[in-house]
Amino acid sequence: MKLLDIHNLHAKIGEKPILRGINLTVNAGEVHAIMGPNGSGKSTLCQVLGGREGYEVTEGSVHFEGQDLLERSTEERATAGLLLGFQHPVEIPGVKNIYLLKEALNAQRAAQGLSEVDTFAFMKQVRELTKSMGMDDAFLHRGVNDGFSGGEKKRNEILQMLLLQPKLALLDETDSGLDIDALKIVSEGINRLRGSDRGIVLVTHYQRLLSYVEPDFVHILYQGRIIKSGDKSLALQLEAEGYQDILDAAS
Amino acid sequence: MTDRTASPTISDSQEIEHLVQREYKYGFTTDIEQEIIPPGLNEAVIRLISAKKNEPEFLLEWRLKAYRHWLTMTPPTWAHVHYPPIDYQALSYFAAPKSRENAPKSLDEVDPKLLETYAKLGIPLHERAALAGVAVDAVFDSVSVTTTFREKLAEAGVIFCSFSEAVHSHPEIIRQYLGTVVPASDNYYAALNSAVFSDGSFVFIPKGVRCPMELSTYFRINARNTGQFERTLIIAEEGAHVSYLEGCTAPQRDENQLHAAVVELITLDDATIKYSTVQNWYPGDEEGKGGIYNFVTKRGDARGARSKITWTQVEAGSAITWKYPSCILRGDDSVGEFYSVAVSNNYQQVDSGTKMIHLGKRTRSTIVSKSISAGRSQNSYRGLVHIAKSADDARNFTQCDALLIGDRNGAHTFPYIEAKNPSAQIEHEATTSKISDDQIFYLQSRGISEENATNMIVNGFCKDVFNELPMEFAVEAQALLAVSLEGSVG
Ligand SMILES: Nc1ncnc2c1ncn2[C@@H]1O[C@H](COP(=O)(O)OP(=O)(O)OP(=O)(O)O)[C@@H](O)[C@H]1O
Ligand SMILES: [Mg+2]
Repeated sequence: MKLLDIHNLHAKIGEKPILRGINLTVNAGEVHAIMGPNGSGKSTLCQVLGGREGYEVTEGSVHFEGQDLLERSTEERATAGLLLGFQHPVEIPGVKNIYLLKEALNAQRAAQGLSEVDTFAFMKQVRELTKSMGMDDAFLHRGVNDGFSGGEKKRNEILQMLLLQPKLALLDETDSGLDIDALKIVSEGINRLRGSDRGIVLVTHYQRLLSYVEPDFVHILYQGRIIKSGDKSLALQLEAEGYQDILDAAS
Repeated sequence: MTDRTASPTISDSQEIEHLVQREYKYGFTTDIEQEIIPPGLNEAVIRLISAKKNEPEFLLEWRLKAYRHWLTMTPPTWAHVHYPPIDYQALSYFAAPKSRENAPKSLDEVDPKLLETYAKLGIPLHERAALAGVAVDAVFDSVSVTTTFREKLAEAGVIFCSFSEAVHSHPEIIRQYLGTVVPASDNYYAALNSAVFSDGSFVFIPKGVRCPMELSTYFRINARNTGQFERTLIIAEEGAHVSYLEGCTAPQRDENQLHAAVVELITLDDATIKYSTVQNWYPGDEEGKGGIYNFVTKRGDARGARSKITWTQVEAGSAITWKYPSCILRGDDSVGEFYSVAVSNNYQQVDSGTKMIHLGKRTRSTIVSKSISAGRSQNSYRGLVHIAKSADDARNFTQCDALLIGDRNGAHTFPYIEAKNPSAQIEHEATTSKISDDQIFYLQSRGISEENATNMIVNGFCKDVFNELPMEFAVEAQALLAVSLEGSVG
């Protein structure tokens, strides 16, 4: 089943065209990796899919579970099961992490016509997840990402993902800034989400994450287009050879 | 500055209905039929006010003295607020309570928009009617449980009544304390208030008594009609404790544009007064038309050793707010606290803060001020920490944070520090932050609406102050902020 279907997507920031004809299909059960040089448009693609204001889609379409994604608000996309893991998670001092988790879960439940989560069950689940991410409970009571180290912020993204169990997780460089142990923990977290009814898109620069979370497909994004797709061996090739040959061959 | 909020002991709103009815029935409100004195202010008007209230001679003299002093004064211009000059001769200084004839007879006759707001604030149905100005006797029609409330207070020896009533029942206390914290000549608006004050609250907690419940203006029936020049006096004798709640989260409309209240608090040795306010007077429309001018003088005198005065305020309404609840820390080891959230939206102007005057030894003060500016509003914190020569080892901590929503508003900070004693320890922290699009987007991407996202950030920002409010007040205050800031983002 097609979870995400991107067709000829063009988008600009201000007057500057960034995405210039993206085509990508993610089926349930698949893990895709998107790689590509700095500035090629990977984060822009994530933001556009998340519905960020200021990113204007000028052409093309995106469907999520067969429905037009682009006409929905950011929060509707989220409650429908799309989760964006940020490359640079923003700090929100004063808003407790635990409060965000609860509000997010309840927003999702409300969209599904469910009642608010039972606090006791919620706390239990969150504590387990926090532990599984190698995080201390104290993180729950701090402001969202407030003063978190780079790696802690990324773990926090995965914690949210595991709680919200999105149908499609779009993880933008979740592996950057992680130490070796943390990379393992985060990878395990991602693998736990993996399943026949879910899709995962990993934006990454490094093969290392992909050796823990093996992708079904690897795509190379360059100047706003996917210029090459392949299986996991493409990432290995990149790691060994760098971008130049592939870019040359593609042009 | 009127109205509701239930005490924790009598929180059931049905009981409140009874309560209101009872007090009304018992003629708590004096002279309901008085006519209005025509506009204008002179000694004859003041004599008339005093006569109508049947006041003792000393009070009339006090009013007249205040009036004569007021004549020599000019309105303050230092505050960061702008408004056309007020014609004091055009105001009416003795308006009888609104005629019931023109009052809406039921909720069906009330502006639906107002009712919508009440609903958003979670105000119980039957209370909405009273707030919307539906004639009270049409709303509250049952027997009373006030007895419990009044009996409990009486048993404890607490006096809680309208100021006018206290003038008759306890003139000696009034005479002893009135104007000893805010002298009639203190400032332009305080002088005006002293000359013409209409009514207000009087609280006296005798030695050693811990007031058995939180006192709220809600329980004083005629609070709703205290008029534009309210006067409140609270005295806590040695070792006494009281928590007093003033205000209402529901939007308050009033035909009087100028409100100039005075509040005086006095604590003797080891006494504590906690004074919490939620202010939500009509702020004017989106273009800045209309709205109340709220020029208030609030001051506490921590007269006794080890006594404590805490001001907590949530200021959301009024077109212009000019207000500096202050503490004179006279007693050794006395403590003053000021916790404030001031929200401004559209064209509102807020100039608020506090003065902590340290006179006694080892006196301590804490100031936590949170301002939130949206729309085209102007929001200023103005604070003075004064450490007198006599105040050995005094300490102050000030935290002053501003949160901006949008970029057409202004947040300003005017902290003044005067330390005359070298042993003083003064700490001042200030931050200015803005709700960023990134923050809102982050929360939205977790399924939270833009409005809720803003509220989450605002409430997080105000947490330190809300924590100081009595429980139910805190919950209402959160809802109030949400409503006040509605439409300010995006
Ligand atoms: N607000 C903006 N205004 C103008 N240009 C922008 C803006 N945001 C991003 N860009 C540009 O869009 C291009 C794509 O940026 P994007 O962040 O999507 O790249 P990326 O592939 O995620 O890179 P990296 O690997 O470094 O994270 C870059 O050239 C960047 O400078
Ligand atoms: Mg990027």
